[in-house]
Amino acid sequence: MSQKVLLNAKEVNIILHRLACQLIENHDDFANTAIIGLQPRGTYLADRLISILQSDYKIKNINAGQLDITFYRDDFRRSDKPLEANATDIDFIVEDKYVVFVDDVLYTGRSIRAALTAIQSFGRPKEIELLTLIDRRFSRHLPIQPNYRGRQVDAIDGEKVKVNWKENEGDAAVYLINN
Amino acid sequence: MSELSVNHLLGIKYLNKQDIQLIFETADQFKEVINRAIKKVPSLRDITIANLFFENSTRTKLSFELAEKRLSADVINFSAGQSSVKKGETLIDTVNNILSMKVDMVVMRHPNPGAGIFLSRHVDASIVNAGDGAHEHPTQALLDSYSIREKLGEVKGKNVVIVGDILHSRVALSNIFALKLQGANVKVCGPKTLIPKHIEKLGIKVETNLRDALNWCDVANMLRVQNERMDINYFPSTREYTQQFGVSKDLLDTLDKEIVIMHPGPINRGVEITSDVADSDQAIILNQVENGVAIRMAVIYLLASKIKQ
Repeated sequence: MSQKVLLNAKEVNIILHRLACQLIENHDDFANTAIIGLQPRGTYLADRLISILQSDYKIKNINAGQLDITFYRDDFRRSDKPLEANATDIDFIVEDKYVVFVDDVLYTGRSIRAALTAIQSFGRPKEIELLTLIDRRFSRHLPIQPNYRGRQVDAIDGEKVKVNWKENEGDAAVYLINN
Repeated sequence: MSELSVNHLLGIKYLNKQDIQLIFETADQFKEVINRAIKKVPSLRDITIANLFFENSTRTKLSFELAEKRLSADVINFSAGQSSVKKGETLIDTVNNILSMKVDMVVMRHPNPGAGIFLSRHVDASIVNAGDGAHEHPTQALLDSYSIREKLGEVKGKNVVIVGDILHSRVALSNIFALKLQGANVKVCGPKTLIPKHIEKLGIKVETNLRDALNWCDVANMLRVQNERMDINYFPSTREYTQQFGVSKDLLDTLDKEIVIMHPGPINRGVEITSDVADSDQAIILNQVENGVAIRMAVIYLLASKIKQ
């Protein structure tokens, strides 16, 4: 197994600030916006973005939530390994809100498809956008594209793109792993 | 560990500690789901489940059916009373007929102990035991332990007394297995005639004085006297039973501490517990019912994930 660094901690940080600014451009004071991190790994990215918005851009009272899509996935009983559920934490109604899904890597688009179904349990959003740190080009199984992307990456099917976060893996970085 | 070690839920006896942990963690997520405005998830939309109830049930049947529907499974129901069983059809024939309609999972309640195990050996479907005679009622024990965990933080190290008709109770046996597996201390309490001989061999103690048992425990699980299973008189009168083994508010108030009261239902108000106890804050009887749906969703979801495509 070999791995190559695609983005180091400094580059990740620069990109996160850019993404935060792009969100502000479209969402102003976030009064009617909800930022939803997709479990499990999108939540770290969502937390980092929210902390940048709060500390560097003084935006208060951001609606933040976590959404688990396990029970909405289309590979139940089809996947080799069992699907493990994580916590969902959305303590507000998304009815008529501008929802931003946040995930670390956009690959086939199937997780986002599941998230689009899952969010319906919490109301009918006015609009849904997608923010992703890594966009794996040419890998989509569904017609889904991000509104905000950190970096586009070309990776072949056997390769894996892994995003590490300070919270659980030391330093933030993005790796291309070749099995 | 994210997969059950078994393909059927026939009894707690066949589970390990990790299985129970996985069921509880999955139930945590389903409990969040059933408290949403829209309580349904699409996971089991390609699974068909038959609920076969060869014995009466209200709560368990509704709870299973609701759990299945919340998971988007297709559900068919069967009650022995209105079926061809009365015409003399055997259990295997009945079930195989139902399975030939392409059913993936069977939830069965049956008056004969071991009916679920027997079925699991002879038919090609995932079996969930919803109570088999006086043998086991695994989902009830799971939801009981889950409710204790929710109320007291954990089950390990807690003192739990099961009071009442232990002899005829599948709830008691499944609870004993589940509680012991999770490291709780268990006593049973009731008239000597309603406590099976050699039950201490399961690693539990017998207490015949209710007050001593209640003073010892953190949780008291009050069982119903199962008159329908009693072919002889096990105690002189209901009144005498209530005097010795019934829990009243007055009795609870004389204890050194506040204990948690559980009951699997249906309650005989005024026999094993009085109404003021059943409706008090100490009782978590309705929480048990709510948790029952989440636990059954978890069990069905985890078993369904093991059904081959």
